[in-house]
Amino acid sequence: MDLTTIVQILDSMMRLSTPLIFACLAGLFSERAGIFDIGLEGKMLASAFFSAATAAVTGSVLLGLLAGLTAATLLAMVHGVASITFRGNQLISGVAINFLASGFTALIGQNWFQLGGRTPSLSGDGRFLPVDLPFVETIAGIPFLGKLYGELISGHTLLVYLALPTVLLSWWILFRTRFGLRLRAVGENPEAVDTGGLSVSALRFQATLICGLLCGFGGAYLSTGMAAGFIRDMTAGKGFIALAALIFAKWRPGYALCACLLFGLLEAIAIRYQNIEIEGIGTVPLQLMQALPYILTVIILAGFVGKAIPPRAGGIPYVKER
Amino acid sequence: MATVGPHLHFIKQGARLTPRSKHEGTGRELTMKTPQILTAILATAGFISGAAFAEPALIYDMGGKFDKSFNESAYTGAERFKAATGSGYREIELQSQAQREQAIRRFAEAGNNPVVMTGFAFGSALAKVAPEFPDTKFVIIDMVVDEPNVQSIVFKEHEGSFLVGYLAAETSESDVIGFVGGMDIPLIRRFACGYVQGAKAANPDVQVIQNMTGNEPTAWNDPVKGSELTKAQVAAGADVVYHAAGGTGVGVLQAAADAGILGIGVDANQNHLHPGAVLTSMIKRVDVAVEEAFTQGSNIEPGITVLGLAQDGVGYALDENNQSLISDDMQATIENLREQIIGGDIRVHDYVSDGSCPVS
Repeated sequence: MDLTTIVQILDSMMRLSTPLIFACLAGLFSERAGIFDIGLEGKMLASAFFSAATAAVTGSVLLGLLAGLTAATLLAMVHGVASITFRGNQLISGVAINFLASGFTALIGQNWFQLGGRTPSLSGDGRFLPVDLPFVETIAGIPFLGKLYGELISGHTLLVYLALPTVLLSWWILFRTRFGLRLRAVGENPEAVDTGGLSVSALRFQATLICGLLCGFGGAYLSTGMAAGFIRDMTAGKGFIALAALIFAKWRPGYALCACLLFGLLEAIAIRYQNIEIEGIGTVPLQLMQALPYILTVIILAGFVGKAIPPRAGGIPYVKER
Repeated sequence: MATVGPHLHFIKQGARLTPRSKHEGTGRELTMKTPQILTAILATAGFISGAAFAEPALIYDMGGKFDKSFNESAYTGAERFKAATGSGYREIELQSQAQREQAIRRFAEAGNNPVVMTGFAFGSALAKVAPEFPDTKFVIIDMVVDEPNVQSIVFKEHEGSFLVGYLAAETSESDVIGFVGGMDIPLIRRFACGYVQGAKAANPDVQVIQNMTGNEPTAWNDPVKGSELTKAQVAAGADVVYHAAGGTGVGVLQAAADAGILGIGVDANQNHLHPGAVLTSMIKRVDVAVEEAFTQGSNIEPGITVLGLAQDGVGYALDENNQSLISDDMQATIENLREQIIGGDIRVHDYVSDGSCPVS
């Protein structure tokens, strides 16, 4: 494996990890505040659809992003009303959102575009195009750095560059601000927060809102950054992989980034190396390469993570008075 | 719906009811549900059997009706039949593997004749269902099912792929070209093998990078993976990429256009998807096959139909979108090759005949 190949795989890893990073951070905010959310998948899907549909109609990817964020936030509010206001079962509300999103995106898509649930292919300003960072030409001549900068760091879409600072920002909000402290407290011990004179519901709603926004970015990236248009069920389990990454990361932003990059890397390797020849053994079959990310996930989750302790009040609706 | 219904019910309960009444509530809910479901099933069955008699039916495979490729080509054929005759047809898009047999049986029970299905994957399901309905005619595309009431239509994709492979190698400046297949099955290897043979005929030194999208039927509809595979091939130097991957190919052609290289479409004429960035398309006239089957109706002859270059069942697309990419000389060369293949002077090896390809 030479440098070029490694750079290409890492490049592909960045693209494939981005939706996971957004979804994982979305789950992080929600679960840290004590709201389990398995509806990440559904919210991403809704955002993917509405951002692609709006971008296709208006020709503006920014309007599309706005529509995607709105859609994901609205679904997040549905989850909030069901699980905070009405104290419903959070898992079930999440499942309902996944079903809902999977169904209505295809239905509305068919109704609007008559393309079997697809949106038309996006082009030009209708999608996020790769951004070339400055000085690519200048340092292209430098052997190692030039390649690294020109091919790995430069040339991604805007949302990829947005994902990394978002991790930092999430860490700062959760662990360095008063709001973050309260958010974490509401997930560990809502009674204490309530005694302190703060509204548990309001804090949890804020967390759900942030969760919706982040899912919105992830979904919009899928349909307008990574692909050029929406197709039915295009999230393909990414919301669930993000949840696995969240547990893997023990609900911490930095680890979450690493976990998402790892999942992205495994996927990138599986895509690139369909047939590996190993001396003396023969060809590693394609099937094994494609199962590799899942096999490694099981091994990593079972063996290397240790005990992952979720926020203590997670999944339990808060009842102020009995 | 059945799954979502009770969940919503639960949310309400969690909010208001005490644990004891929760149990009662669930029980009641279930007993009320059963007759409703039964009515729903009966209503659906009634609806289907009440459908118009002897209309032809079309079953799309999992790439979806609007894959811009194989299935959409079948849809185009069906729509042409509708426009020409004014009579309708029935259709279904499969959502899962388990629906294959069910879909064929439903249409046969409802009196639809003939029942046309697009895709090799219907083979075993049809072999099972066809003997149950001896008076119904079935047509399967891309697969041979040996039953007295089945017409099997297969294409010589290797012949068409040979021509586009030749074009690809002639056009390539890097002498590296790519192929992205959908699901890894012998049929798709037939495309690949023909393509490589054509490329090697034009330039023995050309390197062909081959990738398959996956082993599941979902590999027909994964544009994101298609575009990742293409990006990998571009990074390895490929400057022409041919896809035989149904809906996945939308991503392949997109990635090729984005990278400033040339894609090659498949099944339907895909030149218009990215004008100037699609070298040509290997056309497979699924539309003609479907229209033909629909027009013949229940009188269709059982047996095996093989459509190759000679029958215009496969070919390459030339229109205003790729005119500037293919010179007159090139076109003459390709036409010459086409004649030679039809005349038997060039024999294109069929991967499916022996499960191997002489070149790679």
